[in-house]
Amino acid sequence: MRWIWIDKFVEFESGKRAVALKNVSLAEEHLHDHFPGFCVMPECLMIEGMAQTAGILVGEARNFEEKVILAKINKAVFYHYVRPGDTLMLHAQIDSIAPEAAGTSGRIMRGDTLIAEISLMFSHIDQNLAGKEFPEENFVFTDIFRSLIADIARQQAAAESQ
Amino acid sequence: MAMSHEEIFGEVQEVLVDALGLDDDEVTEGATLMGDLGAESIDFLDIVFRLEKAFGIKVPREELFPADSLLNNPDYVSNGKITETGLAEFKAKMPHTDFASFQEDPDINRLGDLFTVKSIVNFVEGKLAAA
Repeated sequence: MRWIWIDKFVEFESGKRAVALKNVSLAEEHLHDHFPGFCVMPECLMIEGMAQTAGILVGEARNFEEKVILAKINKAVFYHYVRPGDTLMLHAQIDSIAPEAAGTSGRIMRGDTLIAEISLMFSHIDQNLAGKEFPEENFVFTDIFRSLIADIARQQAAAESQ
Repeated sequence: MAMSHEEIFGEVQEVLVDALGLDDDEVTEGATLMGDLGAESIDFLDIVFRLEKAFGIKVPREELFPADSLLNNPDYVSNGKITETGLAEFKAKMPHTDFASFQEDPDINRLGDLFTVKSIVNFVEGKLAAA
């Protein structure tokens, strides 16, 4: 099982920007306790959702050859509660990318309402941390992440052929 | 028009305030990035990205912060100190850096003190002059 906080990509421009959609549901059990009688999506999970949106964008830019790890939260500001039944759009863009790392900025929207602004830094870990070795296989981009990319690629191909 | 030293310092100060979550007055020219301002390894990359944006220059990380690659050379480090040869190489690779106090005791644990706000300002000045 993988901890995943986006449902699908709705836009994807390789190396530039992506938009992911997340439907918040009362079937997510943690909401029952956060908080009893007033369910709100924890802000830390919105950061994780943005890290997945932006992280996949950064990984795809280098053909998933790098292990892309969230290294720093430059900014995370939240303006509104997110409740069960809400549909979030997570907009991420790459501001800078280098062999060792990438910087992204993003906004989470609910319709026209700005919910959060989140800027992140990712490390390509094999290019950093001299002397430490990591497993060969890319344990960051496992099947479920790749299937998200495959789905948007199919959608884009279908749209182009119409 | 060329930027003055003060203008460059002002921009560098803003970059560091944003990258490291500091107050303006903490970022003095003499402050060391790691010791005084609390920068960690990923922050150095963040600073490089922000400098590139702020000044419209290309900043290869090993030019601004080359210590990692030099430290792996056994000719340059002996008993936890930088050798004469090593020091000459560091000076050549880091012309923007003031080695005066470091060379009195070239302990590798003091290398972090070389990365000061002033060394970044000097580096940017050099890049802008060459552009």
